[in-house]
Amino acid sequence: MTEAAATAAAPFTAERKRARRRAAWRRRRLVLLLMSPWLVGFSVFFGYPLVMSVYLSFTHYDLLSSPKWIGLANYKYLFRDDPQVGQAVKNTIWIIVVMVPLQVLFAFGVAMMLARAKRGGGFFRTVFYLPALAPPVAATLAFVYILNPATGPVNIILSHLGIEGPLWFQSPGWSKPSLVLLGLWGVGNVMIIFLAAVLDVPQHLYESAELDGAGPLQRMRWVTLPTISPVILFSVVIGVIAGMQYFTQAYVASNVASGQASQAGDQTVNNLGYPEGSTLFYPVFLYQHGFREFNMGYASALSVLLLVVAFSVTLFIIVNSRRWVHYAGAVK
Amino acid sequence: MTVAAAQPLVRRRPPAAVRRKRFLLAVANHSLLIVAAAMFLAPFIFIVLTSLMTNTQALSSHLWPSPFRWENFVDVFRQAPIWRWALNTMIYSVLATLGVLVSSIPVAYALSRIRWRGRNFAFGLVLIALMLPPVVSVVPLYVMWAKLHLVGGLAPLIIPNWFGDAFSIFLLRQFMLTIPEEYLDAARVDGCGELRILATVVLRLAKPAIAAVALFSFLYTFNDFFLPLLYTRENPDWWPLQIGLSEFRSLHQVQWNLTMAATLLVMAPVIVVFFLAQKAFVEGVTLTGVKG
Repeated sequence: MTEAAATAAAPFTAERKRARRRAAWRRRRLVLLLMSPWLVGFSVFFGYPLVMSVYLSFTHYDLLSSPKWIGLANYKYLFRDDPQVGQAVKNTIWIIVVMVPLQVLFAFGVAMMLARAKRGGGFFRTVFYLPALAPPVAATLAFVYILNPATGPVNIILSHLGIEGPLWFQSPGWSKPSLVLLGLWGVGNVMIIFLAAVLDVPQHLYESAELDGAGPLQRMRWVTLPTISPVILFSVVIGVIAGMQYFTQAYVASNVASGQASQAGDQTVNNLGYPEGSTLFYPVFLYQHGFREFNMGYASALSVLLLVVAFSVTLFIIVNSRRWVHYAGAVK
Repeated sequence: MTVAAAQPLVRRRPPAAVRRKRFLLAVANHSLLIVAAAMFLAPFIFIVLTSLMTNTQALSSHLWPSPFRWENFVDVFRQAPIWRWALNTMIYSVLATLGVLVSSIPVAYALSRIRWRGRNFAFGLVLIALMLPPVVSVVPLYVMWAKLHLVGGLAPLIIPNWFGDAFSIFLLRQFMLTIPEEYLDAARVDGCGELRILATVVLRLAKPAIAAVALFSFLYTFNDFFLPLLYTRENPDWWPLQIGLSEFRSLHQVQWNLTMAATLLVMAPVIVVFFLAQKAFVEGVTLTGVKG
């Protein structure tokens, strides 16, 4: 390159650089504009509460006077002295350990049956999906009525069959299984996802397995399950997260069932967790402290603990899933 | 290139034993399906039947109403401000859904179709926000709304939706990633700016995902119980349907027939919407699971 050419080109590239910089700046401004709602939302409705939760968990705060710093007192009470928190944790673990596997199994079973159905597939799919749409409050009310010990249809039918039905929502031993029944009824979303996954399994995999002499059960074990394992992981994660937040059904069921028992519907009585704390799940417990008794500090400590546990459990499942989840085309 | 290979393979009819086995399997499968379907439908049937009973029938051991008491559905409206509750629910649903769409679509676009430094990091933050239970942030947010004197109304429920919703952003982004680059490039060659591309090309091509997001948002807000419980419990004027329904029984003693009529009325809109938009529904649900 000669000297003359270089000097002639210099202003040209400088201009180009400036233009490029201007374009980059414009692009950055555009991204900022597009992202701005989320940036504000993330900081105000996610970041700020997260930080505030941690701060409030070290205070005593009743919403009327300003927060008073009390150090670790909330956590000490939470881990050592609170007589109820153990029960709330146990109930929550119970509902997760029982409900999530049952829902996954059930959804998988129904999806397999639907995938095989030669006729009426659309009809059956709608029937199984419909309950998932029912608003949780309405579904819970319906189940409290249907499983009503004395006059509910289920116990009436059971008594015709010569079986004495349990007390369902009225007994501490049966209240959680009743909620599980309610949860299985609303399994439609998981079922649809499983159905799509099962139908997506490439047919040639089945054919080659058959050629290798695999029976129906072996085909399910070695073809269907590995292929849909990402979907199983997805529904387990979603199920566990939902289980840790299990609130509406428990709240409504205990509220309605206890009102039915006293026949008075007295709202001043604390009926959360009825009967005998058997439906006192962790979020219900948190709600009771935060929004019935306005112990904002203690409720914050509870929510920080929930946050830590939720985060660790999710991480644990995802990390461990590498061993059993098979991603098509992915290098392990 | 041989002649034999060019001939289509004729499928042989399987032997009778195999056919019989297949037939029996299909019968067994269908019988199971029918039994399961009956169990899934039973709660709906009991709700409908009870909603047509007199109160004494509902508390007796009869399963079939006689006489049918259709007036229950009139009485429900007379005994509880259902229209007011429905109006509150509509206000919440419509404003929240609108907010979710307006705020989440641009974010999803920036996270999928524009290249910039920090994009993956920003998307990671969306995923974290998606994973963490909302119950966690409830206390400080309540304190915040209380300080702004907005507790007791619907504002705390609606406003956050106008600042991007993690789930909707995620779903829209996943869908926008599947739009072929050629469409966008064609628009760029025609001199469209990114905003115009978003407003015309992307909006049109992402319609199924947008419909799914709108549906989910409508459903979520219609069914939402926790947030309305926190923010409107003390103020019955702003109760949405779900809170009204949950308090219905305590307002009217143990009238199971009316309670079931109200329950049915609250379930009805969702089921109607489902049948009107079935395709978008199923597509949306599978979009969340399979492509996620």
